[in-house]
Amino acid sequence: MADVALRKVVKRYDDVEAVRGIDLDIADHEFIVLVGPSGCGKSTTLRMIAGLEDISDGDILIGGDVVNDVPPKDRDIAMVFQNYALYPHMTVAENMSFGLRLKHYPKAEIKARVTEAARLLDITDLIDRKPKQLSGGQRQRVAMGRAIVRNPKVFLFDEPLSNLDAKLRVQMRIEIKKVHQKVRTTTVYVTHDQVEAMTLADRVVVMNKGRIEQIGTPNELYHKPATRFVAGFIGSPAMNFIPCRLEDVGGTLQIRLTDRIAFALPPARAARYNALPRTEKLLLGIRPEHLTESHAHLAPGVETFDTVLDVTEPMGMETLVYFGLDGTPVCGRVDPNAGAKDGAPMRLAMDLNNMHLLNEETGVVL
Amino acid sequence: MADVVLQPNRAATAKTARKRSSLHNALRRKSTVAFLMTLPLILLIALLVIYPAFYAIHLATLNKSMQRFIGLSNFEFLFKRETFWLVVKQSCIFAITAVIFKAVLGFIIAHFVHNIPARGQRKWRGMLLVPWVIPPAMSTLAWLWLFDPSYSAFNYTLGLFGAGPIPWTGDALWARFSVILVNIWVGAPFFMIMYLAALKSVPEQLYEAAAIDGANWWQRIWYVTLPMMRNIIAITTLFSLIVTFANFDIVRILTAGGPLDHTHIFATWAFRVGIEGSDIPLGASVSLFMVPILAIAAIFILRDVNKRGNEA
Repeated sequence: MADVALRKVVKRYDDVEAVRGIDLDIADHEFIVLVGPSGCGKSTTLRMIAGLEDISDGDILIGGDVVNDVPPKDRDIAMVFQNYALYPHMTVAENMSFGLRLKHYPKAEIKARVTEAARLLDITDLIDRKPKQLSGGQRQRVAMGRAIVRNPKVFLFDEPLSNLDAKLRVQMRIEIKKVHQKVRTTTVYVTHDQVEAMTLADRVVVMNKGRIEQIGTPNELYHKPATRFVAGFIGSPAMNFIPCRLEDVGGTLQIRLTDRIAFALPPARAARYNALPRTEKLLLGIRPEHLTESHAHLAPGVETFDTVLDVTEPMGMETLVYFGLDGTPVCGRVDPNAGAKDGAPMRLAMDLNNMHLLNEETGVVL
Repeated sequence: MADVVLQPNRAATAKTARKRSSLHNALRRKSTVAFLMTLPLILLIALLVIYPAFYAIHLATLNKSMQRFIGLSNFEFLFKRETFWLVVKQSCIFAITAVIFKAVLGFIIAHFVHNIPARGQRKWRGMLLVPWVIPPAMSTLAWLWLFDPSYSAFNYTLGLFGAGPIPWTGDALWARFSVILVNIWVGAPFFMIMYLAALKSVPEQLYEAAAIDGANWWQRIWYVTLPMMRNIIAITTLFSLIVTFANFDIVRILTAGGPLDHTHIFATWAFRVGIEGSDIPLGASVSLFMVPILAIAAIFILRDVNKRGNEA
């Protein structure tokens, strides 16, 4: 077990910078998820930690030691690949014990470790099979077993669930979480799936265009996103961004969305945004769950408006409603019994206590 | 009455209909279509391979003048001749040594070419294939000049270093060395190109997984590359073994079997006794000896391939 640190790590391919100076501290036992769209540099970062890619600039430390020039085999890490990378000519047991056999561990210890890992992952019955005789989920377990038996300082996962179907993905996600709870090895996990990131991570690192956008716990990222990218990336359906401006009407601060719709800001929000210039181009960031059907008794800070729905999507436990505000598409989440219908008018309530205000040009959350 | 007349007619109609539908069904079956589509090739093989093979067996049972059936007497005669056993020994030495060196050399070259950046790789691949692409009869002539005892480039170069002229094709040992060397030179590129294709099909992530598991360069070749290439290695080796065993042109041009029959292999000796010695039945008997030897090798190698076929 060890902590991992990245200091101004840069990766350049010819004249393209894939990773642009990343700083990251990962504590011992921590489960860190790197998440972002494809091409954001998350896999490259992971591969640099593994030693599979050279570092163009900066330092990577594992357990306090700089490992920039240490080959992968001497970094004491284990990696689980997206396509499992199991050796097809070896049985499950041979696959799992390969690393230990190369290091000349005693046979009894190898057997004990493989048996223990197989028990932990529930693959004891498969131990003599070849990878070809296994399903995708079973192969993924074997790949994890191969990592566990080594008892490394750090686990690295490179999109390990991407090749599985949706149902199995959920199951394996829980499995990975359980395994981490038991073995407590420092883990760096790469995914493009924000649900995986939110459910697995102690802390999530959101990356975009080779840079870190924000580091935080899943709740922090969800409730206090730092940028428009993070706000839009985390959460499904994504946060709505509605062009707006601030105006003073009779001593109270108002937010105007359209010519027709303007709301007085709740006192706490008004105090926070009061210093902003009224001419600034702003975006109102509001999650779909804070745009619901209107009730008779509304909490303070919840404002209603009338609109005509374009499309409704019944999801069972909720119905997603889509409508436009001056041409900006907006999504809300209403109760399935609220009577939302395609093309029908509806009164909706916006919870301004959970709003975000963003600078339209810089994308920074204010 | 009318019924009685109609009855057989109806039965006949039903019969033809059934016949037609069974033909129709047979045509619709995939295996039938597959067979029909391969039929031209099967006929071609029958014409060019099976017929000559049986004709050779027939020839081998005739006397020298091809007038009389003599059973296995030709074979009995061969078994008693020392030259025959010399040819058996030489054929085995020639084929096995050449194939081993071709395989090893091909593997090493394939690795080097595989590690050349993609841009320059095509050029190297093309150049390295040249020995295999030139007709061996032509390239062997060039080697013959290189091996010439008095005026050759090899001996001239050796002379510069004070080493005496080597009787490349004049001494039994050197002559064997020379024919094997030329065979390796001609055949190694084939191994190279087959291994290169196999190397390219090994997923990069297996090497990365092995690197993380702690395997060094040699262990990665031993535990990842070789097992992943085993089928290609087996099939290429078998193919090369057959071709090398049956080689004719290189030995014929370089040494014509000499000195004193010490480089003869099955094909060249069969030509010597059959065509040059005007004993076609005896020549046919010699060439038939390759069949059981190669058949055993083929069975062993292909059985292994089959066993592992569904692994990867």
